[in-house]
Amino acid sequence: MTEFAGEQILHVRGPDILTLLTKLKADGFNFLADLTAIDNLTLGGYERFAVSYHLLCHETVERLTVKAYIPEEKPSLPSVESLWKTADWQEREVFDLYGIKFEGHPNLIRIMNPDDFEGYPLRKDYPRLGRKERSDFPVVDRGIQKKKS
Amino acid sequence: MTRVTELPLETDKMVLNFGPQHPSTHGTLRIIMELDGETVTKATPEIGYLHSGFEKLGEDLDFNQYITITDRMNYLSPLCNNVAYALAAEKLIGIEVSKRTEYIRVLMCELSRIADHLLNVGMLAVDLGALTAFLYGFKLREDIYDLFEIATGTRLTTSYTLVGGLMRDIPVGYDKAVLKVLDEVDEVANDIETLLNKNRIWQDRTKKIGIISKEDAISYGISGPMARASGIEWDIRVNEPYSSYEDFEFDVAIALNGDVFDRYLVRMEEIRQSIKICRQSLEKMPSGDVIVDPGLGYSLPPKDEVYNSIEGLIYHFEVTMPNRGMTPPVGEAYVPTESPNGELGFYIVSDGNRTPYRVRTRPPSLMNYSIFSKLIEGHMLSDAPAIIGSINVIAGELDR
Repeated sequence: MTEFAGEQILHVRGPDILTLLTKLKADGFNFLADLTAIDNLTLGGYERFAVSYHLLCHETVERLTVKAYIPEEKPSLPSVESLWKTADWQEREVFDLYGIKFEGHPNLIRIMNPDDFEGYPLRKDYPRLGRKERSDFPVVDRGIQKKKS
Repeated sequence: MTRVTELPLETDKMVLNFGPQHPSTHGTLRIIMELDGETVTKATPEIGYLHSGFEKLGEDLDFNQYITITDRMNYLSPLCNNVAYALAAEKLIGIEVSKRTEYIRVLMCELSRIADHLLNVGMLAVDLGALTAFLYGFKLREDIYDLFEIATGTRLTTSYTLVGGLMRDIPVGYDKAVLKVLDEVDEVANDIETLLNKNRIWQDRTKKIGIISKEDAISYGISGPMARASGIEWDIRVNEPYSSYEDFEFDVAIALNGDVFDRYLVRMEEIRQSIKICRQSLEKMPSGDVIVDPGLGYSLPPKDEVYNSIEGLIYHFEVTMPNRGMTPPVGEAYVPTESPNGELGFYIVSDGNRTPYRVRTRPPSLMNYSIFSKLIEGHMLSDAPAIIGSINVIAGELDR
């Protein structure tokens, strides 16, 4: 448990996240405001990836951040889709951009990028300008001959 | 003649592509619908057509530069995005802005909320065939954009906030211009409601369409006017006030049925409440600077000083050079704000460099849109524009 800028942050190990969030949901944190991931490649942390859950309790107006840490090889977490339906798309987004697998997710496919996209763009080792995917796009000329200048 | 009746009736389901260029999608949304006759049995939204890697880009731009990117997220109310991002950065760094800044930010946010809701209601109406209400709203939205132009210099890509304040103060006499527009908003809101509320066609097309229950709204992470139309008494401006919202008196609009009609009613009432907030903020506007002491190395000095004094110019360079300036603390901050669509949050993680380590936007559109496939099931195909319109999906924010 740490605190920064008035925010409570709870740090847990990855596999425990589902039991913890089930418990927190029963305790009144009924709203999953946001679910996202952080790549700790150069930041440092307990493990390579951290998935953070921003919870909100409507009754007591409290917010809580839970960070689940998962290692670099075989990054996977139990899915919380059974607790909140909103986790469906948000976990798909994290899977798309970070390559973190969510066990038990009903439909874990890419959401932002096309299905045949390779790599995970928000990882820190993915170059900002991309890996030249665009230069491989097939050229369709539709029979129009360009003048050579 | 008998041959016709003997043929087995075709009852295959039809797959229909709705979008990405359908006029009612207002952006690039694609929905793959399975139809049984005219009834939608299954709908699969496909998003990502406007994905442009804003979050990746944010890791390479410094705190002030990223504000220009936030303009492009919800392009109907860019000022709300500017303010939300500035608040998150200020919370991370620990800057207290002046009271005047906060009041001007509130004024701008509420003006954007009016413009956003007017456009949303108008678009919903025009998708259902009521052109007049749309034209009324759209004309007024232009007037509000003129107000933005007076204050910020641009109509759409405003980039008005800075970390620690505002780009520039509002000009002298701005309150008169705003009040004049606010009076018109009041009239137009009445006009729109007179046109639509008791209109039989409007009621038939919107009532009992796309009902969201309270439990579903919480489970799907729905926020803003959509959640309030389902009976959730939750407004971040009241429950977790930011930027001096606690100084203003206004009511929170709530409806109970959670259908398209209620969402429209909530938006109309929010327009009226926003007018109240704008009036109060103009009345109580405190004097003072709109930018905190630029000694911190985050905000640029006023342009007057930069152009007219050598110290200002040197300081400007100090701030903008990549190896100087900003040294934020290592940490993270999540700030939720009430944007016209719902909870717009920015989550910034900093590693102590001048560029943030991670900038995450919590887009209200993404969560609000995720319930769509559930809402449309069992409804007619022609209800799809009504439901999409009432969700107010902004593709720029949805895909980022």
